[in-house]
Amino acid sequence: MQLALFWLFAALMLLFGVAVVCLRSPVSSALSLVMSFLGLAMLFFTLDAFFIGIVQILVYAGAVMVLFLFIIMLLDLKSEGVRRLNVFALSGGALVLLGFVGLLVKVLTSAPGEGYNVAKPALAHPEASDVALVGHALFGGLNNYPFQIVAVLLLVATVGVVLLSKKELK
Amino acid sequence: MAPTLGDYLLVSGLLFSIGLAGVLLRRNILVIFMCLELMLNAANLSLVAFSRFQLPDGMPNYNAQVLVFFIITVAAAEVAVGLAIIVSLYRAKQTTHVEDLNSLKF
Repeated sequence: MQLALFWLFAALMLLFGVAVVCLRSPVSSALSLVMSFLGLAMLFFTLDAFFIGIVQILVYAGAVMVLFLFIIMLLDLKSEGVRRLNVFALSGGALVLLGFVGLLVKVLTSAPGEGYNVAKPALAHPEASDVALVGHALFGGLNNYPFQIVAVLLLVATVGVVLLSKKELK
Repeated sequence: MAPTLGDYLLVSGLLFSIGLAGVLLRRNILVIFMCLELMLNAANLSLVAFSRFQLPDGMPNYNAQVLVFFIITVAAAEVAVGLAIIVSLYRAKQTTHVEDLNSLKF
């Protein structure tokens, strides 16, 4: 059952991932990306990472993709017309891609270390929920400098976006 | 029967290849940006898979999930800044096609 659900969601994610690359209209690509992210969130749930899965849905499939769709609508992008293909770039891209997939297959079919082919059953959390455990890992140490630094990073990004979207820089 | 670490790594690698294919083959800068997000998410998937299958004391290693949380935060900031750059680029050049954006080309 777990295996069937894993392959169902993995196939969903990969199928819509291919749709992102293949569809011509940017709006279709963006909506396929939403579905792909939802499939990925389900895979996080199969890995017992409930907090990360929910954050994936809220932040990625929600906020980020709304931003993407908003920009696509704002720029009023049409579907790409059929352009003359750059054969050099196309063959180069295909070569890099085939090399990468070949490497992946070679690594995954070689004999890696112990524990690689071991299946783990679903976790039972009797004492604490997933969110509480992630929160302990995030805040429970001696300091939470990474968290504060990320806050500064978000502030910098906000200022940068405001600056970039001004009509002209003075 | 449950999926193994190898299954998750295979799926993650395939998702990364799809994103890479999009970056290399597509010419619309917004779609290239979306494919970058796919590649980031493939990395997240392998991180969470490793965290789940490395059980120090019967529990997953939550440091990896914290790292994924930070990656998602940074990616959201990156998307905001990147889309602002694309909008100002479109304002200057009236196009999102990468082959028309060649003023930095040698």
